[in-house]
Amino acid sequence: MELFTPDFGLIFWMFVAFGVLFLVLWKFAWPVILKSVDARADLIDKGVEYAQSAKEQLDNANRQAQTYIEEARHREAEILREADKMKTQIIEEARVAAQSEAQKVMDAAKVQIAQQQKQAEEQFRNQVSDFALQIADKVVRGRMADSKEQAKLVDTLLTEIEHKN
Amino acid sequence: MKYLIILMMAFAAMFSPSQAAAAGHSDGDAKIDPKEIIFEHLGDAYGWEVPFDHHHRIPLPVIVYAHDGLHCFSSSHITGGEAYTDGGVEFKLAGADSPHKGKVVEIVDGKEVRPLDFSITKNVCALWISVVLVAGLMLWLAAFLRRHPFKAPRKGLGGVEVCVTFIYDGVVKAILGPKAPKFAPYLMTVFFFILAMNLLGLIVVFPGGANLTGNIAVTLVLSVLTFLVTNIFANKHYWKEIFWPDVPLWLKFPLPIMPAIEIFGMFTKPAALTVRLFANIMGGHMIVLVLTLLIFIFSAFSPAAGGATTVVSVGFSIFMLLIDVLVSFIQAYVFTMLSTIFISLAQEEHHEEHKKGEGEGKEIAERIKDALV
Repeated sequence: MELFTPDFGLIFWMFVAFGVLFLVLWKFAWPVILKSVDARADLIDKGVEYAQSAKEQLDNANRQAQTYIEEARHREAEILREADKMKTQIIEEARVAAQSEAQKVMDAAKVQIAQQQKQAEEQFRNQVSDFALQIADKVVRGRMADSKEQAKLVDTLLTEIEHKN
Repeated sequence: MKYLIILMMAFAAMFSPSQAAAAGHSDGDAKIDPKEIIFEHLGDAYGWEVPFDHHHRIPLPVIVYAHDGLHCFSSSHITGGEAYTDGGVEFKLAGADSPHKGKVVEIVDGKEVRPLDFSITKNVCALWISVVLVAGLMLWLAAFLRRHPFKAPRKGLGGVEVCVTFIYDGVVKAILGPKAPKFAPYLMTVFFFILAMNLLGLIVVFPGGANLTGNIAVTLVLSVLTFLVTNIFANKHYWKEIFWPDVPLWLKFPLPIMPAIEIFGMFTKPAALTVRLFANIMGGHMIVLVLTLLIFIFSAFSPAAGGATTVVSVGFSIFMLLIDVLVSFIQAYVFTMLSTIFISLAQEEHHEEHKKGEGEGKEIAERIKDALV
């Protein structure tokens, strides 16, 4: 059967044709194609890896930024609260100071008033005693017009002195 | 590219009846010999048929080394069946009753002698067309990749590259691993060469139509090459497994039973490769031819039967040709994969130590091999 008996000419040409094709492709095509395909696969792998790491970094950065923002917010609230506290404290302190100052002023005023009162009282007493002496003088002068009377007074006074001693 | 092939196939299906019709008419009457026509189409020829005309063929050079030296003349001198004298030696195509039927013979002392025949026959011509096609595509792709090292080609060239990566990553690298670059050029060349020949064979008109991979000479050469590559690059372990395998002593000494089986196995592998590709592609061609011839067989009974058969046959032919496109790819793939597995088995280092780690992959590979052989 012709179909199952290989033909010598075709075998020969097949060897030649395959040899030529193999040599041509081996020299000019396969090295370039396979190297390029491998290189591209590597590049894609690296690209994916890089993208993944970049995404991870971005996520990390985002998370960090979020924590920073939160911290800042926290800090802000704290500062505000502190400021509030300080404000009330200052007001309180001022009030206390003002009160004590006022107290001092009032005290000083009281002392002065008391002093002046005393002075006035003394003046008043002096004047009263002055008036009393003048009155007594006038009364004495009136009474002392006769000598009997004078003698009697001297006598009483002496007795009084005697009694006192 | 794909559409082109389908279009060509539709064309092919349209042409096949007319070609066969021409074949029928050439016999002079309505009686046709299906076997003759089928084998004529499956076999080689000294000229290339053109559609619609069975008498005129594209002439191809006949190159023979006769008893007195090299002769070279156009096939158009002899395809009609007449004798042709070139440089004093008479040549003709051997008749139907000769053992060299259909081949060029020289007449020496009135006897037909077959000279060494290096003719550029239809198959050889188709072979070179495939070579040019594959080389052209791959050089084109290489040129593109040299110009744009990190760019993926688009459209047609992208399809070629997809096939390249499919075979390289999916078969060669997957099976051979780190040794892939060493054997990739051979295996990739085999794949694309077979694929080109398979697909060209499906196109009925001129640049194709030759039943190349359905010719045992072509598949034989390919599997001999795989056999040579396997055995030339085989390591020590491979030869030890053949001549002194790990079996009980009585199986290998004094009667070398296992070595004999192993040596037999060395040759059955390429033989299976040869026959698988040959039978698959030839079968595909034959089915389409038979379907087409059915029209003429039934037409002989009645025109109505012929008409009905035409519709059915053409439909089935198109269907079969579509399947043949698939088969073309699968057979090229299988041939490449099996070649890769045979080569990788001859590269394997010590079986026992590796079996634990790599065993699974190898086992799967062997199972695939067994299923296909």
